Amino acid sequence: MPELDFTDHREDASLFTRRALMVALLAVLALAAVVGRLVQLQVHEHERFSTLSEDNRIRIQPLPPSRGLIYDAHGVLLADNVPSYSLTITPEKVSNLHDTIEALGQVLPISDLDRERFRRLLPHRRRFEGVPIRLDLDDLDRARFAVVSHRFPGVDIQADLSRYYPEGEHTAHVVGYVGRISERDMEEIDVSNYAGSTHIGKIGVERAREEWLHGRVGHEQAVVNARGRVLERRRQTAPVPGRDLHLFLDIELQKAAEAALGNERGAVVALDPNTGGILALASMPTYDPNPFVGGIGVSAFAALRDDPEKPLYNRAIRGQYPPGSTIKQFVALAGLASGVIGTRDRVHCSGAFQLPGQSHRYRCWRRSGHGGLAMHAAIVQSCDVYFYRLATDLGIERMNRYLASFGFGERTGADIAGELGGLLPSPEWKRRTRNQPWFAGETVIVGIGQGAFLATPLQLAAATAAIANRGRFVVPRLVRATRAGIGDPLEPTPMEVREIDDKDPQHWQAIIDAMVAVVEGPGGTARRIRNPHYRIAGKTGTSQVFSLRGGTYNAARLPKHLHDHALFVAFAPVEEPRIAVAVIVENGGGGGATAAPIAGALIDYYLRGTPIPGTAAASSSGR
Amino acid sequence: MSLPGLTPILDPRRPGYLARLHLDLPLLLGLLLLCGLGLLVLYSASDHSRLQVERQALRLGLAFLIMLILAQVPPALLKRWSLPLLLIGLLLLLAVLAVGEVGKGAQRWLDLGVVRFQPSELLKLAVPMTLAWYLARRPLPPRLFDVLVAAGLVSVPVLLIAKQPDLGTALLVGSAGAMVLFLAGLRWWLILTLLASAAAAAPILWLAMRDYQRQRVLTFLDPGSDPLGAGWHILQSQIAIGSGGIEGKGWLKGTQSHLEFLPERSTDFIFAVIGEELGLAGTLPLLGLYLLIVLRGLYIAAKAPDVFGRLLAGALSMVFFVYLFVNAGMVVGLLPVVGVPLPLISYGGTSAVTILAGFGMVMSIHTHRKRLQS
Repeated sequence: MPELDFTDHREDASLFTRRALMVALLAVLALAAVVGRLVQLQVHEHERFSTLSEDNRIRIQPLPPSRGLIYDAHGVLLADNVPSYSLTITPEKVSNLHDTIEALGQVLPISDLDRERFRRLLPHRRRFEGVPIRLDLDDLDRARFAVVSHRFPGVDIQADLSRYYPEGEHTAHVVGYVGRISERDMEEIDVSNYAGSTHIGKIGVERAREEWLHGRVGHEQAVVNARGRVLERRRQTAPVPGRDLHLFLDIELQKAAEAALGNERGAVVALDPNTGGILALASMPTYDPNPFVGGIGVSAFAALRDDPEKPLYNRAIRGQYPPGSTIKQFVALAGLASGVIGTRDRVHCSGAFQLPGQSHRYRCWRRSGHGGLAMHAAIVQSCDVYFYRLATDLGIERMNRYLASFGFGERTGADIAGELGGLLPSPEWKRRTRNQPWFAGETVIVGIGQGAFLATPLQLAAATAAIANRGRFVVPRLVRATRAGIGDPLEPTPMEVREIDDKDPQHWQAIIDAMVAVVEGPGGTARRIRNPHYRIAGKTGTSQVFSLRGGTYNAARLPKHLHDHALFVAFAPVEEPRIAVAVIVENGGGGGATAAPIAGALIDYYLRGTPIPGTAAASSSGR
Repeated sequence: MSLPGLTPILDPRRPGYLARLHLDLPLLLGLLLLCGLGLLVLYSASDHSRLQVERQALRLGLAFLIMLILAQVPPALLKRWSLPLLLIGLLLLLAVLAVGEVGKGAQRWLDLGVVRFQPSELLKLAVPMTLAWYLARRPLPPRLFDVLVAAGLVSVPVLLIAKQPDLGTALLVGSAGAMVLFLAGLRWWLILTLLASAAAAAPILWLAMRDYQRQRVLTFLDPGSDPLGAGWHILQSQIAIGSGGIEGKGWLKGTQSHLEFLPERSTDFIFAVIGEELGLAGTLPLLGLYLLIVLRGLYIAAKAPDVFGRLLAGALSMVFFVYLFVNAGMVVGLLPVVGVPLPLISYGGTSAVTILAGFGMVMSIHTHRKRLQS
């Protein structure tokens, strides 16, 4: 039996050896699988994983440029960058977002608006990037949070630069404002250049000159650890800050223009005829642009939007009004330039005008008629019949050509975003938009700035400046010069000039003389603004809001919002023009009574520093 | 002149110091090399923490001491201890389940006042010992009855450990038992039957798993499904290894580990640190070294004079391999995430003590051979 036992053991041993060899083979095969995987990872996919590893630790961080500042003509700051503090939450570092926000709400006020914004921004962020839960922390908020910050890992106070408009409502319609970049903005911008930016110009010069103001984004490579902490910064390309803008705008004149408008709804545009510089561009009522920067609340915005006075509406560049009689001197010039009429040619005004073969009577504002009168008197007394006749003789095409050369019918191209172009009606336009033929009667009323003819205050001011310049149309602009930074030279913006096709100085002199007489002469419609110090050339206008259908205009019987718009255009001093002004007072009544004093006060303020006397609200309506 | 320890190799007839200490030189050298390498890697993985390296060195020293002591114990004595050791281990396991301290959501530790002790570690040794002891007394290859007894001896502790829950240890203990049975010559039809029933049991196992365990399996099957959550470990580990390339980023220069993208980098995922810093040039020799140690263990097993020695030495060597394979497989993304350390390199003393105690027994089996034969 021991023998058997012995052989058993030997058999056991060989069985074991076979099995041991098998497991050894198994081990070798299993390790071969691991080695194969290692070769795959470390050799074949090495580059991919290297990239992933670099992506992990190197974060390309955009360095947003600081936005250019905006100054007025005398160096007063109109748009500033101020430090602002926001409270951010980094979701990766927070175990329960909801609880954290609730707990934060115990420390400092967090509104539903804040929560909504937070939820909105949450999906659009990078890993380990903080999302703002509160904006614009004041000192008290920051102090409150500082005391308990240890309880809130992952919640940090972040300092940024935020846009601030020190002059507030006075610049809303000119400088405009910036706001958070919207989806629609994203379609129009070079997204990579805005990688670190949160805001973009929305309206005004902030938008029109966005490219200058924004600058170029910079980049840095930051080595970060898994918790997103920046351990090392390397290889920077510095951002190029946006250019500072120096405007023609004179903020004091701007305030004077607003004060002169007083409680009226309306607009004032003042230009320097020599440069096209916009000295003042007021639209009343106005609003404070600052709340728009951080994101204005829904109810605050609704209040502005639904205000019947429409403070958000920029009347100076978007308000399109029938220019009324303020167009007459331009039509007169068209007549002279085209040779249709001479300065001495007389037209008889019987109080109405009839087209040959038609029964409709186009009335002059003076029912009794002006009798026979030449151009000078026609402009001074604003005779409608004279211009009905002149318009008919010119024909719509020829009249339009000259009016267009004064900038009517299309945007002036000023550097304020949102400008509208008004409307210079023409047979072609009517066919295109209404699919109707042009009637001769329409030409008649275009001659007195009525009908479908629309112009903005900015267009009127620019056209008036072209008369002051005796035929040189200068494109209006806000930005006088730009500067890369403090200490760099100011680079003036180019002036854009178009010559109006009339080289005869006598024509211009005749027109200007008539405009002077409007203010200075006997029977002039703007006599109340004449003064002994310098001469003003002007033209009043009144545009109908409500068609009287042959009835009699009686301001006392009509509700205010159906009153006529009062218009006035002027420039001064006549010999050496320094300022051209267009004023419109919505439902202000007569141009001479309401609009002219506003322009007069503004001109006197600009040329002599005379304070604005009270407000224009006291002025009576009616002619 | 000759180095003292090398004498027995140069002249097998003259027993050297090592032989007198019952130590096996190739095994010892391999294990020492592994531990030394492990300390270097740990220095990097722990972000230059001398404290951690010193503590680990101390633990390894203790583990080597235990190995030395066990190497002196003759296999006959080991055989006699097997069953009592298993019973003690099971009692302790039950104690853990009853009063065990909760660590990482699982009951694994027993606080003995001075040291905290994981009874499941004891079973990694006791189970193969007991199985080897039992099967050595029975005719081989084992008959069905013996297989069932053995399966019972294995499954009771495995289930108790899995209940803690400690999937990694349960796997190791189970594989230790399976290795003994396989080396004992378990018949192929039985093997296939067991495999088939294991496959059939998989759904039941799935139901018994805790949520985090299921999540691990799911994440393993598709790491991209949850790149910021559970898949993060696997993904970052593969990025670490892959970005190491052939030559590696250099010792102490791994960005994945030093910038904390790699989780558990000084414990379960330390292999990824090696892959990142030393590259393929580091991982291949390391795997080679492990293989040599395993093969040496199997060689010793094959040379063992009796069935108990063969089965125990073979099983212990293969458990060491399973450690390696499960860990490396997990780190390179071949296997799901299971909490098994890289043997003798991962930070932590418990597994090192168990492993080196096992190798102490292997050495005992090898070095007591001549006396038994003579």
